[in-house]
Amino acid sequence: MSDAAFDTATPAGALLGGLAEHFPGAGFTTSLGDPVVRLSREDLAAFVAAARDAGLDTFIDLCAVDYLSRPEGRFEVVVHLLSMEARLRLRIQAAVPGDDPRVPSLTAVFPGANFYEREAYDLFGIRFDGHPDLTRLLLPDDWEGHPLRKDHPMGSVPVQFKAIEGMP
Amino acid sequence: MAPATPQGFLTTTLQKAVNWARTRSMWPATFGLACCAIEMMATGAAHNDLARFGMEVFRASPRQADLMIVAGRLSQKMAPVLRQIYDQMPDPKWVISMGACASTGGMFNNYALVQGVDQVVPVDIYVPGCPPGPQSLMHGILTLHEKIRSGEIVR
Amino acid sequence: MSNPPDIVTGDTEAPAFGGPQAAPPGASGDDARRRTHDLWLSGTESPGEMGRFTSEGAQEMLAEEAPSILAAQMGSLAGDDYTVPLATGEGDTQIINMGPQHPATHGVLRLQLELEGEIIRRAKPIIGYLHTGMEKTAEALTYVQGATNVTRMDYLSHFFNELCFSLAVERLLGIEAPPRAQAIRVMMTELNRVSSHLLWLASQGLDVGALSMMLYGWRERELFLAFFEKVTGLRMNHDYIRPGGVAADLPDGWEDDVAGILDKVPKGIADYQALLDANPIFKERTVGVGVITAAECRAFGITGPLLRAAGVAWDLRRAMPYSGIERYRFDIPVGSGGDVYDRYRVRIEEMKQSLRLVEQVAAAMPAGDYRTDDLKVTPPPRARLDQSMEALIHHFKLFTEGFKVPPGEVYQAVESPRGELGMYLVSRGGAKPWRLHVRGPSFANVQALPVMLADSLVADTVATVASADPVLGDVDR
Repeated sequence: MSDAAFDTATPAGALLGGLAEHFPGAGFTTSLGDPVVRLSREDLAAFVAAARDAGLDTFIDLCAVDYLSRPEGRFEVVVHLLSMEARLRLRIQAAVPGDDPRVPSLTAVFPGANFYEREAYDLFGIRFDGHPDLTRLLLPDDWEGHPLRKDHPMGSVPVQFKAIEGMP
Repeated sequence: MAPATPQGFLTTTLQKAVNWARTRSMWPATFGLACCAIEMMATGAAHNDLARFGMEVFRASPRQADLMIVAGRLSQKMAPVLRQIYDQMPDPKWVISMGACASTGGMFNNYALVQGVDQVVPVDIYVPGCPPGPQSLMHGILTLHEKIRSGEIVR
Repeated sequence: MSNPPDIVTGDTEAPAFGGPQAAPPGASGDDARRRTHDLWLSGTESPGEMGRFTSEGAQEMLAEEAPSILAAQMGSLAGDDYTVPLATGEGDTQIINMGPQHPATHGVLRLQLELEGEIIRRAKPIIGYLHTGMEKTAEALTYVQGATNVTRMDYLSHFFNELCFSLAVERLLGIEAPPRAQAIRVMMTELNRVSSHLLWLASQGLDVGALSMMLYGWRERELFLAFFEKVTGLRMNHDYIRPGGVAADLPDGWEDDVAGILDKVPKGIADYQALLDANPIFKERTVGVGVITAAECRAFGITGPLLRAAGVAWDLRRAMPYSGIERYRFDIPVGSGGDVYDRYRVRIEEMKQSLRLVEQVAAAMPAGDYRTDDLKVTPPPRARLDQSMEALIHHFKLFTEGFKVPPGEVYQAVESPRGELGMYLVSRGGAKPWRLHVRGPSFANVQALPVMLADSLVADTVATVASADPVLGDVDR
């Protein structure tokens, strides 16, 4: 999507247009009406910092998705930012390869990313370089494995129905 | 119910009196974990009053409690804590497993939950429901009282 | 990158209600220090001596009472289970542990506090004690079943969880719920907001010491739960709002029930305000306590009453409306001080505004279907199952296999009583989500507790945690 597609008359369009100018490698699209930008993981921290300075200053969410086999990379880190003034939500996606799941941390840009990155590490095994305290958050510290990965089993126990002796 | 050892008139009366006293003022320890905790609090509140059974004092300290109502889903991380709180309770003590998640793991048959708190602590009464309403919980509590008074559960 | 940058506010906003609390003795008077908190690294939360009592942790029950347990109960083997051995800390500080089993932490939240006397120098929330693997479970449930899972996350605002999920699925499907369904959704969610705030009020009062608030607060909540039971069949965890509409129509006589609620609840709220608004003890314990500024809220992603108490008039119902809520008139209460007292005032006012919304919705409830007539999503009417084989097959397929959602991804947010509740749903074309990530508001609120607690007194911890209104189901999922 080219910059010309942004309606720079609106605050949201101007914001996105400005970001697109600074990051020519970023792919801006929309998904069901929401603006989405795809980046390489190296640009992630810089882009998020620029977005914050441009007005997307409310950190909403950071999560990870496991796509199992995908050419651009197994995992995806998805960041949601919000600009209250421009009433704009932006979804930022960065692909992360499965054999080297490392992404730069966003805690320097948004302190609120701390717990979210720990959760992504805990459940997916994605390492965030530069995170001050990358340890497990939700699971016990000695847990092995990353449960939300698609190749990790659900962990259900078989439910047994035992017949009662002596009853028909 | 036949007693295991021959008991005299005085001992059975004493045992009955002790059982009566134990059920009439059984203090629960707060172990509310999730949604069932909200219904447990509702049972203790004014509308469905647990105070009429002498049980409105939910003791925060397990040292002062005799009943532990495990209300909610028990995660793997919380299980050692549950065991420790149970160990800290002085005898005689009873456990009610409130709700489907506490009894069997509920709808969450996965890696994160202990499939039933009876894997960790001995349970006397299971109260099903998701969450069990205050009437169900009270029925469970009263059943426990009956079992203690009749001598079915011996501590 | 060793430490995150300090969060220093530009201008400290003067609180509207009451003056700023005098700095506690020993606290640094420097405003910048007040605003920072050191990240407390992991490794200091060792379980202590728990290993001595349980041989294999959770999975094996002790066959008999081990002598060490008996000795601990008899008091001859004293051990403080949760302190860090050789209580570390610079100077005269002491590290204590609050939770996870604690009467005042609103669930299984564990707070590790480093105290210098009574002043908190550092705080660290440790979560995960209620982790249920709900996001993994969501990948194994169809979209029809999905509401049963998400409704148990934030276990005080069930309708909001269900609404967010249903809206996300509907956006992926490209369908819209009919007007009656939308109005029912608005009514039920706003009633849920009031019942959630009532429970918050009860626990806030209890934590601060107003015990009567705990006993009174449940009184009005029972009215709501009785109405929910009448409409949905359950007092909690309703599974009522589903993709396509709602599960069943409102029962006969619902207008009278809503009128009864609208009649009794404002009187109750007025009672509580009379009890707490000008209560000097309550104000002493809440004014100037647990302050967080608007800039810190943005940096941590805090939304909802905490953000509005800090002075930012942001409410998703007004800014990014959903489910037809823009048709109704309501105000957004905004505080200024960002302290516990302002959050109290904001939530009281929100209750009144929600009741105002309910009144409007009830008066203008449109007639029509309570769920979409898109056959892909909606099962056939119950009576037709006796007549038509196709209807039976349709019903069967819908409830066993579920409906397929076209591939795509969506982020949908609603304004829950705790803030922005969002769901990021990725579909790859199947009948089950590929990924469902729930952005719980309490997760962000709990993360910012160290900021709110920096340099405050231990007694303020309880008031602050209560005012953040965390629901651990939302935090841990």
